[in-house]
Amino acid sequence: MYGWTGTILRIDLSSGKVTREALDPQVARAYIGARGLGGHIIRSEVDPKVDALSPANKLVFATGPLTGTFAPSAGRYNVVTKGPLNDTLAASNSGGAFGPELKYAGYDAVIVEGKAAKPVYLWIKDDAVEIRDAADVWGHTVPDTTDLIRAATDDEAKVACIGPAGEHQAMIANIMNDMHRAAGRTGVGAVMGSKNLKAVAVVGSGSVNVADPEAFLAAVLKGRQMIFDDPVGGTGLPAYGTEVLVNILNQVGGLPTRNWQDGYFPNADKTGGEALAAKQLVRKKGCFSCIISCGRVTKVDAPGFEGIGEGPEYETAWAYGADCGVDNLDAITKANYLCNEYGMDTISAGSSIACAMELFQRGIVTTKDTDGVDLSWGNDKAIVEMTRKMGEGDGFGAKVAQGSYRLADGYGHPEYSMTAKKQEMPAYDARAIQGIGLNYATSNRGGCHVRGYTISHEVLQSGGFADPHVTEGKAGLGIAFQNLTAALDATGCCLFATFGLTGAQLVEMLATLTGFDYTLDEFLEAGDRIWNQERLWNLAAGFTKDNDTLPTRLLEEPLPSGASKGHISKLGDMVPEYYAARGWDENGVPTKAKLKELSLKA
Amino acid sequence: MAKVLMIHPDKCTGCRNCELACSFEHERRFRPGASRVQAFTWEREGISVPMMCQQCDDAACVTVCPTGAMHRSTTTVAMVDWDADKCIRCRMCVIACPFGNARYDAATSSIFKCDNCDGAPQCAAFCPTKALEYVDDTDQVKSRKKAYAAKFKDAFQEVS
Repeated sequence: MYGWTGTILRIDLSSGKVTREALDPQVARAYIGARGLGGHIIRSEVDPKVDALSPANKLVFATGPLTGTFAPSAGRYNVVTKGPLNDTLAASNSGGAFGPELKYAGYDAVIVEGKAAKPVYLWIKDDAVEIRDAADVWGHTVPDTTDLIRAATDDEAKVACIGPAGEHQAMIANIMNDMHRAAGRTGVGAVMGSKNLKAVAVVGSGSVNVADPEAFLAAVLKGRQMIFDDPVGGTGLPAYGTEVLVNILNQVGGLPTRNWQDGYFPNADKTGGEALAAKQLVRKKGCFSCIISCGRVTKVDAPGFEGIGEGPEYETAWAYGADCGVDNLDAITKANYLCNEYGMDTISAGSSIACAMELFQRGIVTTKDTDGVDLSWGNDKAIVEMTRKMGEGDGFGAKVAQGSYRLADGYGHPEYSMTAKKQEMPAYDARAIQGIGLNYATSNRGGCHVRGYTISHEVLQSGGFADPHVTEGKAGLGIAFQNLTAALDATGCCLFATFGLTGAQLVEMLATLTGFDYTLDEFLEAGDRIWNQERLWNLAAGFTKDNDTLPTRLLEEPLPSGASKGHISKLGDMVPEYYAARGWDENGVPTKAKLKELSLKA
Repeated sequence: MAKVLMIHPDKCTGCRNCELACSFEHERRFRPGASRVQAFTWEREGISVPMMCQQCDDAACVTVCPTGAMHRSTTTVAMVDWDADKCIRCRMCVIACPFGNARYDAATSSIFKCDNCDGAPQCAAFCPTKALEYVDDTDQVKSRKKAYAAKFKDAFQEVS
């Protein structure tokens, strides 16, 4: 095959059996890869009702056809599994060089099933696949694990692993690769921990082949230029990284502050991309094949917060910053480093601490509960100390590391968990920006910004404009973003490439690479199929329309200050229109006609 | 005028577009193992360094080559060329290169070393940050020198 390697690797950790299967070209064409292919595998093989942390769950590392080529910013892979944080069909997306290396080793995807009797790691060198004892690396942080496994395998091995948080199955544990890149959300690291799988190390010497090299080259050159010419993809992100957004969102009154009690943080400027560039930036970092290089290598010298690493991204700087009322960027960056070292999702980690801070504000928890940590708003030392405790699974930290829903619910106040489907929402207030609220509520993996980033139109005015305060048209806008993103994720391309790269150009690259005569319509239909596949799985897992909602705070408490003062989320105005436009019934269930259109089984 | 490939590790983001462009130029597929340039990344320090043939004037690979396959270019100044027809694949050049910039590939029975893509190096063309530049030898360090001079300028301005 072209684009795809055509081979899927299956590893049963219970029996130690390793097998290879051919990728069905029709499945490849319909589900593309990564999020789409991984979702198809999980839906075909895993009962939606299984305990996510049981051996019956499976963990799929899946690449896309563009992964490993020089299509711009297209080196990504997805971890697809049943996510323990919220029981959705989870697909966590990561960059770095791990995904491409899997392709060069010869695999579109690796399916891990069962559970090892004791800690193990996988060592994949082309055709040679070993399940190795991980006794010596269990307990180590992500950077140390990576170094130890490289020393035992190959100095240039690409390593995806869990840190201590994944080992003790914290619900916000992630899977890290290349030390600093994260398959972050929905607790995929806990699934890896539950299987006693510490790491996957891979080295590949093979190739990704191209159906029409000259046409692919031309399509890639045109696509690159689109990104270079874009104000966000070509200028804003390279210059300031995602952190450029802090001041932009604060100005529209959409920067959730102190666990979403406000949408404006007066000191936000101290935590933004401009401050980061002035104080901490060492250099820009790019994932494999990336031409944007939004990654930030940073260094902090401030006493108590010393370190070197990558980040923070915008979402992290918000979660640990405005959301915790913290304006000390050094503390925020240090907390980010610790999340990467312990292997935790920074959005859920920071937001769960913010939730704990609100419980503290209201006297629901006191220093007696928090092991003496003063969780007052703005306490910069506390966010670092709590992160350490969460990573270690220590005392109150172990509770916070289960995510804000379980934390707040455990104290009888789930209303202080700022989550959609039990997953922490990211850094855009749904009261200030109506469309993103609809996306949080309908996202197939719970609170998430990268399932349908309507912020592009509603705030950044990139590729179009939609008034953030109105609800009209947001159902259609949201669906357009969701379907395009689902298909794009499936190719292995980075969402940020769409700051410049058009859907049509992406399809041109995909078609010339694979040799399938994809059209934009077929591509968007694949996105629609992937979305509905996830929806069907979630419905079978027990989700209903009642789960397509937002925290009461966003629906009832108007923003008290900032440019969007007085606004609430009018989610109820948008959901029925969204269901209808999706071809779903009034209960949010895909109709038979819709399933037939997408060739999906009920 | 002689042109040279200049490496600026300080601008390298570790994206490896250079490796992809190189392997695509030579094989019309993506096989970083076939790339004549490799960008190594030290993740703890966040530093990346591209490595490729330095086209040495006094080249060890040329000196040890028993057949003259590895030779100073007769057409391009500042280039070491490899002649596949003369090469007996003894791999003495691989052993001799102190930088590890020549390698034998069993799959294609070839010696991999940078050939400047016959005057249009694709690694430099695809590098998004100009960490690799194909420039006149007279210009090779001008930008770096001036960038450093600017730091002196700023220091002088502060004290004057």
